[in-house]
Amino acid sequence: MITHRTWHWWAGSLLLAAVCVLGVALGTVHLSLVQVAAALANHASPAVHAIVITLRLPRVALAALVGIALGTSGATLQATLRNPLAEPYLLGVSGGAAVGAVAAMMLGASSALWPLLAFTGAGIAVIIAIGVARGAGRSGHTDVRVLLMAGVVVGAFANAVIMILLANVPPNTVRGALWWMMGSVADTTWYTVAWLGVYVVAGVAYLAIHAPEIDVLTLGEDSAAGLGVDVRRATRRAFLTSALLAAATVAAAGLIGFVGLVVPHMVRAFGLSRQRSMLAGCAIIGAILVVASDLLARVVIPPSELPLGAVTAVLGVPFFLIQLRRML
Amino acid sequence: MISYENVTIAYNRDEAPVVSGVSLRAVRGAVTAIVGPNGSGKSTLVRALLGRVPLGSGRITIDDVDLTAISRRDMSRRCAVVTQREDTTFARNVGEYIALGRFPQSGSWSTAPSGDSDEVISAARRAGVEPLLHRITDELSGGEWQRVRIARALAQGGDALVLDEPTSFLDVGHEMQIFQLAVSLAESGAAILLVSHQLNLVARFATSMVLLHKGLVVATGAPDTVMRGELLERVYDWPLVVTRDPAVNAPMLVPLRRSV
Repeated sequence: MITHRTWHWWAGSLLLAAVCVLGVALGTVHLSLVQVAAALANHASPAVHAIVITLRLPRVALAALVGIALGTSGATLQATLRNPLAEPYLLGVSGGAAVGAVAAMMLGASSALWPLLAFTGAGIAVIIAIGVARGAGRSGHTDVRVLLMAGVVVGAFANAVIMILLANVPPNTVRGALWWMMGSVADTTWYTVAWLGVYVVAGVAYLAIHAPEIDVLTLGEDSAAGLGVDVRRATRRAFLTSALLAAATVAAAGLIGFVGLVVPHMVRAFGLSRQRSMLAGCAIIGAILVVASDLLARVVIPPSELPLGAVTAVLGVPFFLIQLRRML
Repeated sequence: MISYENVTIAYNRDEAPVVSGVSLRAVRGAVTAIVGPNGSGKSTLVRALLGRVPLGSGRITIDDVDLTAISRRDMSRRCAVVTQREDTTFARNVGEYIALGRFPQSGSWSTAPSGDSDEVISAARRAGVEPLLHRITDELSGGEWQRVRIARALAQGGDALVLDEPTSFLDVGHEMQIFQLAVSLAESGAAILLVSHQLNLVARFATSMVLLHKGLVVATGAPDTVMRGELLERVYDWPLVVTRDPAVNAPMLVPLRRSV
């Protein structure tokens, strides 16, 4: 018998498959499903083969991975911080990553090195935010409220650093930096998909393994301690894994805002509350949101493309506002 | 049995201890109540049991096993704590909420049992919340919520239960439900340690009382021993009399008006 819940999982998976197929078929050059199938079976013309295998498939795969990483990272942070407004970028990840990437551009580093420096910047920002929260907490405990505030302040500081860095650079560099900060999965390669894939599979598996512990953490630190959770270790584990997942997506695709915030709310609207189910739901909905946003970004005004981060926000904001009205 | 032996706690080394040399025992089959004014150290004792504040000296044992000798998870299998406050940011189905109490019993990575498993239903029945199993936590009244929290604690499966001010913000009917539940759990063999400001209800329902003042135990024993007017007047710094409630045959504190 197909229950109410099972039906949702099937519908979500089918929708994800559908947007992925459309993501491969549609674009500046529209392809039929037959052409896509032929390219996958290695029977298509060289041009169609190149569009499907070299351009669009890695792009769709990267978008899906970014959605999975940001959705699961957001779900973990909201549960651990017990704050429905928490999201990975709030920990200073985006600001730190942007400083790293802008610095790389200014130093004239090869674009292959940008992700590495973005990742380093994000890592430093998160470590500073966690360090401040630990220092402020009683008996060395991480104070989650201070962590959120520290994340916001580190992000603001990073923005100031970016402004200063961009004040005296050629317009081309400014444009490149701005474009990167708005997020994009265009022109990606299978290499980027592969390394982000490793991070996402490892990170999400780790979060899924520890999901029951995070369920208990949602009750608050004292209650979680009463249920046998090592609160300090569990909280740090959740923060670092979520932050590194988000940092990896920033390194691979720039800043794609709002996914980590809005996707867990979308999933909760389906009545899910257990963390392991939340992670699975956020992976599916996150992937759908980013793949669909990327599709819209390139079909709305072809051959130009809209910034992906702006499209995810345009799609996510109305849903979030509706949810907010329901909560009030 | 929960036992505090000569426990001293200070939040900072440079500051005076919040709790000094406290010894008390909560034995099976009885409700042991800790009472005292705000800031007397009651909740600090609970936080120490949870491992949230380190002991300066002394030790806490559960069934004669030192807390420092066992893991946090092992401790939570022996003793459950219903804390003063709990985060309710994300609402859950009541059954799933009570199932979280099985976390200490499940393997590190395995998921908690479902909200309609035998353990969850049994815990809900003991706490009298079985009819609420399919409700959502943020739809519950204050009294229902506290009983559901006690059900979650019972699902942990231990024989010791700590209730930290479980009747704050509850009306008299819901207060009575919680106190009667505590007594019936004690009668079924559990060791109940209850922290409360409701002196009259404690005096009526508890087997023994521990009165704390400025981090020290100033009186301990049966309610009749602890509920003494001159002692409580000094501890609470307010004029009062202790009389006997003829309806329930228990000591009763009556606060008086202080002349301005």
